[in-house]
Amino acid sequence: MALDQSYKDIPGTTIFDAEQSRKGYHLNQFCMSLMKAPNRERFKADERAYLDEWPMTEEQKLAVLARDFNRMISLGGNIYFLAKIFSTDGQSFEQAASKMTGMAQPDYRAMMIAGGRSPKGNRYIGETAHQPAGSASAAQTAKGN
Amino acid sequence: MARITSGVFTSHVPAIGAAMDLGKTADPYWQPVFNGYEFSRRWIENNRPDVVLLVFNDHASAFSLEMIPTFAIGCAERFSPADEGWGPRKVPEVIGHPELAWHIAQSVILDEFDLTIINKMDVDHGLTVPMSLMFGQPQAWPCKVIPFAVNVVQFPPPTGNRCYQLGRALRRAIESFDEDLNVQVWGTGGMSHQLQGPRAGLINQEFDNAFLDRMISDPDALAKIPHIDYVREAGSEGIELVMWLIARGALAPDAKALHRFYHVPASNTAVGHLILDNPR
Repeated sequence: MALDQSYKDIPGTTIFDAEQSRKGYHLNQFCMSLMKAPNRERFKADERAYLDEWPMTEEQKLAVLARDFNRMISLGGNIYFLAKIFSTDGQSFEQAASKMTGMAQPDYRAMMIAGGRSPKGNRYIGETAHQPAGSASAAQTAKGN
Repeated sequence: MARITSGVFTSHVPAIGAAMDLGKTADPYWQPVFNGYEFSRRWIENNRPDVVLLVFNDHASAFSLEMIPTFAIGCAERFSPADEGWGPRKVPEVIGHPELAWHIAQSVILDEFDLTIINKMDVDHGLTVPMSLMFGQPQAWPCKVIPFAVNVVQFPPPTGNRCYQLGRALRRAIESFDEDLNVQVWGTGGMSHQLQGPRAGLINQEFDNAFLDRMISDPDALAKIPHIDYVREAGSEGIELVMWLIARGALAPDAKALHRFYHVPASNTAVGHLILDNPR
């Protein structure tokens, strides 16, 4: 029987399941190595050479070099492991998250302060984000984008 | 005999720890978050636990993908704050309670919940941020802590129902420990948040508030929420909320709410906080 992957119809979301974990094992273990300061120094000194020490795919290495976090996620990266890369770069979770959404950080922060990205229109792939005026409940004034 | 007196539930956002460590708690952005814990700090001054069983998750700090325990209990004498990539937080070392921890491990495993036993583990913001929120910035933590780590990084985490039933087993275990101890059980993580992909920043205030309502009055119903509902409604990282069900299961069904707080945002996350008190 195939794995139940009923979460695959959620837009803009990759669940770190068995399939992703198998694909991303070496990518994530490389990230884990950046927990140690001497490794961070070696990585910063020559990123490509450091990456070549790991049995990662070329696609994974290029995604790391480009700091393309969405691509890293599609290639099996998990956000808590990828956090070691943006921490090494001196970036916060907020900065990384805004980058993954394609928003400028001030816009992303403003969206969060206004209540975050609404689940309306963001539950299923293909669902329309536009709701009729006045349909939002009082408890749910948040708007995405 | 040891007794469970109360449960504390709170989000454990790393930026909250950073705000405290960098002295930013009075900033307009952070002040509303910390205001929500003022009652809690006064309350815990007068209701000091001997031991906290602290349910949290590791965020790729102590556990890489080499080993992924679903439920793990910290039985060590002490636990150091983890270096999460920018040096360890300058917070006190966490002092364990090995005797009670081993008692819980033995009782719960024989009660058919197969825990992993941990004798060495650094603890990350998942554990230290709730400590800071409740106790502020003391030189030493005022109580002992048994870290209880739950996998919510690798899908699938344990089901909500499994967590809830485990909580009940933890209660039986703690209440069969001979020493006269005041034990609190804390559930941490959540509430709605998503840290990854184009949907990052998702917050579901309706879901969160309904969760808080039922945490108090109808935890049996909460325990039935399937994983797909957490990830769709509360974001891919919102599934951390299953950890609250462990702490809820360890409390009496009619535990009373003493304090409730909800605020959006702390960085990417909705902050939820509850204190529930067991009948005395």
